[in-house]
Amino acid sequence: MSKSKSFLASLSAFLLTLIASPAFADYALNFPEPVSPLTSQMYDLHMLTTKIATIIMVIVISIVTYAILKFRKSKGAEADQNFHKSAFGTWSWILVPIIVLGIDLTIAGSATDALKQVEDYSQKNDVTVKVIGSQWKWTYEYMDDDIRVVSNMLSKEEAGDNYLRAVDNPLVLPVNKRIRFLHTASDVLHAWWVPQIVYKKDSIPGYINETWTIIEKEGTYRGQCAEICGTGHAFMPIVVEAVSQDKYDAWLSEKKIAMASAAAEASADKTWTMAELMSRGEQVYNTNCVACHQITGEGVPGVFPALKGGQIATGPVADHLSIVMNGSTKNPVMAAWAGALNDLELAALITYERNAWGNNTGDVVQPTDIKSARK
Amino acid sequence: MSAVIHEDHHHEGPPAGFKRWLYSTNHKDIGTMYLIFALVMLFIGGGMAMIIRAELFMPGVQIVNPDLYNNLLTDHALIMIFGMVMPAAAGMANWMIPMMIGAPDMALPRMNNMSFWLLPAAAILLLSSLLVQFIPGTGVPINTGWTLYPPLSVQTGMGMDLLIFSVHLLGISSIMASINIVTTILNMRAPGMPLMKMPLFVWAWLFTGLLLIIVMPVLAGGVTMLLFDRHFGTSFFDAAGGGDPVLFQHLFWFFGHPEVYVLLLPSIGVLGLVIPTFSRKPLFGYKPLVFFMGFLFALGLVVWAHHQYTIGMSLGATMYFMIGTILISIPVGLMLFNFIFTMWRGSMTFETPMLFAIAIILMFSFAGVTGVMLAVVPADLQYHDTYFVVAHFHYALIPGAVFGLYAGVFYWLPKWTGHMYNEKLGKIFFWWTTLSFNLTFFPQHFSGLAGMPRRIVDYNIQYIEFNQISSIGGFLFGLSHLLFLYIIIKTVKGGEKAADKPWEGAQIGTPGLEWTLPSPPPFHSFTTPPQIK
Amino acid sequence: MSTAEQNYFIPEPSRWPAVAVVGLFFLVLGFALWMNGVSLGPVSTGIGLLVIIYLFFGWFGDVIDESLTSKYNHDVDRSFRQGMFWFITSEVSFFATFFGCLFYFRNISLPWLGGEGQLGVSNILWEGFTYTWPLINLPDVTNYTQLIEPMGAGGIPAYNTIILLSSGVTVTWAHWGLKKGNRAQLVWGLIATIALGMLFFALQAYEYYHAYAELGLTLNSGIYGSTFYMLTGFHGFHVTMGTIMLMVICARSMKGHFTAENHFAFEGVAWYWHFVDVVWLGLYLFVYWL
Repeated sequence: MSKSKSFLASLSAFLLTLIASPAFADYALNFPEPVSPLTSQMYDLHMLTTKIATIIMVIVISIVTYAILKFRKSKGAEADQNFHKSAFGTWSWILVPIIVLGIDLTIAGSATDALKQVEDYSQKNDVTVKVIGSQWKWTYEYMDDDIRVVSNMLSKEEAGDNYLRAVDNPLVLPVNKRIRFLHTASDVLHAWWVPQIVYKKDSIPGYINETWTIIEKEGTYRGQCAEICGTGHAFMPIVVEAVSQDKYDAWLSEKKIAMASAAAEASADKTWTMAELMSRGEQVYNTNCVACHQITGEGVPGVFPALKGGQIATGPVADHLSIVMNGSTKNPVMAAWAGALNDLELAALITYERNAWGNNTGDVVQPTDIKSARK
Repeated sequence: MSAVIHEDHHHEGPPAGFKRWLYSTNHKDIGTMYLIFALVMLFIGGGMAMIIRAELFMPGVQIVNPDLYNNLLTDHALIMIFGMVMPAAAGMANWMIPMMIGAPDMALPRMNNMSFWLLPAAAILLLSSLLVQFIPGTGVPINTGWTLYPPLSVQTGMGMDLLIFSVHLLGISSIMASINIVTTILNMRAPGMPLMKMPLFVWAWLFTGLLLIIVMPVLAGGVTMLLFDRHFGTSFFDAAGGGDPVLFQHLFWFFGHPEVYVLLLPSIGVLGLVIPTFSRKPLFGYKPLVFFMGFLFALGLVVWAHHQYTIGMSLGATMYFMIGTILISIPVGLMLFNFIFTMWRGSMTFETPMLFAIAIILMFSFAGVTGVMLAVVPADLQYHDTYFVVAHFHYALIPGAVFGLYAGVFYWLPKWTGHMYNEKLGKIFFWWTTLSFNLTFFPQHFSGLAGMPRRIVDYNIQYIEFNQISSIGGFLFGLSHLLFLYIIIKTVKGGEKAADKPWEGAQIGTPGLEWTLPSPPPFHSFTTPPQIK
Repeated sequence: MSTAEQNYFIPEPSRWPAVAVVGLFFLVLGFALWMNGVSLGPVSTGIGLLVIIYLFFGWFGDVIDESLTSKYNHDVDRSFRQGMFWFITSEVSFFATFFGCLFYFRNISLPWLGGEGQLGVSNILWEGFTYTWPLINLPDVTNYTQLIEPMGAGGIPAYNTIILLSSGVTVTWAHWGLKKGNRAQLVWGLIATIALGMLFFALQAYEYYHAYAELGLTLNSGIYGSTFYMLTGFHGFHVTMGTIMLMVICARSMKGHFTAENHFAFEGVAWYWHFVDVVWLGLYLFVYWL
């Protein structure tokens, strides 16, 4: 059997096994089902170009296979030295580019409509969410309702099979409403992407990119950060919970009450005990700080400084406060937390860091201390 | 001096010892050094790929930590592009172009040597940028991917500075090599060799050289701005100071997209020689192929932003880049059309270079059609930064560039060494690489569509099958290169004596001056210009 | 002088390329270490610089010897010219990059931050920011220094424009002298060009001092300062290189190295000088004036 023939034979056998293999039966070979008008259009475009691509590949493979089989020296084929001077050799250089151009324009033309819709920001939006990417979590700000949700990855134990695709606080959105996303980032580039409901636009620090969607079906939709953002890039999943308008309204009012009481608690001039601050601090730490400084407080040598026994957490309280609130002057990865956390959270966090992991400095920082440090 | 090696030259043979290589002004020796360097880098960059595939074999973080993983995939790309494909193509240019156009050597032989020796220096800096992360206190490793996008690249530590200066040295090297090659082609052709008679490989390198001269300084400018943002307080890529991180992406891809053609064109040039040789008939369209290469050259300079559809451009700009990008299918499609109809009504035999050439036609067509899919903006807003893209560009670059270089190696190995390689081993190598390559990268299209982003160290369990197939394919693909190394060493050491013109069809449709020289050619060839019939 | 060689000149094995690589390697390694506060950095940079100075004397010396012993025939001369042409092409591309960035900031990204165009909604992140050029009020000045006053187009920049333009004239006048075989005109033309180049350099240095000390215009004063120094700085660096090259050429002219037919080195430097001139015109127009 000829080599080239066996090449094609094995290639097609490979493709067939791949597609037919039961191992893949559970998992999609294609995009997950789109559930918004725009992602549906994108899906259709994808299927159109896939079909064109398949047809072109079939044609190319057929011609090449025929040529390989027919025009081989071992079969006594003589080379036609003047083939390129034939009529085909002259006219094909005009005809083939025209055909290719025709296919190109067909594809480009069919994409224009979807593209115009992607870029159509003139319609009225029912919900506007500002999506802020940070290393390595997502923050959602509901612009009309003044609600803020911080979304962190769930650990392997909590998430099970959805590990790397599951979060503690999902983004809750109503179905059948036009939703506008404003994408930005607090530190480096990120990209917020949930393939079933919304395509991606980069989150650029200092700039705002827009996307929009109308979710057509209730459900849980998952995605991941799609733009490399450093150490934790693989660990900032996205979950959107699409619910009916009623459930959404209920969730909104519940959230508002919770936020108001948290704010009231934080701003009250109460003096907290160390034990209270420690338990709250641990929560804050595990949500916001573990990605770099680790659960053990030991950090990553040479990259993220250790808090356990380190200069920051055992040195002067004022320096500790300053670096947590304003970020590091030396290492840009250490963000400023003054805006993201309230007085109570900051006080609890710093108290926790100064007393956990055997640091035991005995220092207690109160929300009032933070309030005065903010001035 | 001692023995006269060849009658038509008046210099001595090669000088002895290290000076032959370190001080060389000989295009063949410099070409050999380029090729050896590329081979070494192939194994270093390939080793990194093996670590990456091993890490991805199972979900979870097992072998390397996330930063080291990101650093390895950054360096894998940089080494394969700047350390492997470009030097290998430059090595072939050095060896073959003077012989093909009947020149005594490259136009500026000393500068030629400097272009080469800058590469090991740059490689030392590049590898130290990887290793410096193991020294405490040197900051965050380079975890940005080869695109080095700020602000992430402003966060990284000392490794990034070493990398930036490594890129500067690589840039100087490429610009000097390109100036040299372009000057050689335009000024050193033997009488009777007009531009439109040059072998296609020479044409391909003329366009490649011009591209590098234009785009390399842009990359140098971009990384210099990065350096200033990192250390001297400028605000090019920081919105707070009035800058824009996206500007770096424009600069990078203004370089990066033509760079893709820098990698592809030399291989297209090799195909332009290999396919007529083994089809025993002239190219179906020599002039059109030159024209479409020029078209690709021009188009390549103005479509860069299709790598960044997601940054938020205006509708007009997006439409322009989309249509420009889709139009690339015309020159590329016509090149492949040309090769297919060069085989048509030919008298084909299937030696290793020809097998690679046919595989390239098929697999590069595939990369081309997925390329058109990616060019469609609304669909790309879904494909962007997923494994679908990873699969696409590996299909473009491994068949398009690397396999073309393999074809060139097997095609010219008899000329370079004076020995025939072992055809049977060559064919085994072909089948092994081609099949394992497809096994590695074909499944990645599906993991991408299923939603797996690129550059992640750990993935959800739903992607496990595709990744395991990919990893197994990857290991086989990596392993096949040991056979490649064995074939080359065996051929250099000995073997059947190669004729001056080992391929029956080698001179069909080209002047074929290189085949009029003995195999291996004398140390100095064509010291007086040859007569072209 | 003997007649030029028939064959294309292929130099014997030469140590200079390797020396150049060693010099460059230590230079940039030193930079990278220096920027990260490693004490060996400046040492490495120093070694690199010394090696490069040694290299210039050695490599240029060899080339001058070869040129004087008529090793270069017409083809070699043309290779040099073409090589120089492509080198200047790459330099054009390098400066075009920085000009492109300037246009991008002024016409695309800063208007976005100011609330216009595709990403205009970004303005909500920067309350109260309005776009003006020169950009005096930054979106957020916390990490930057406040610019007091932008650089005007009159005064020193205008004088510098006249100085560089006249230096273009003097170098051409020197070239005419060379073609006529008038060595005095050649040498005096070059000396005038060098003097103008040095005057330009001195004025530019004073302008930088003035900008830092009085205008608050620094590398750290936001995008206006960044682009200003990046463009004028790289231009100034090229003027310095050009002046040094002119000095070499001037010394060689005094020794009578050039003839009316054979003077590639002179022409290469003259091209380079004209290129630097043209870049300045662009700078004056887009950085200082408009």
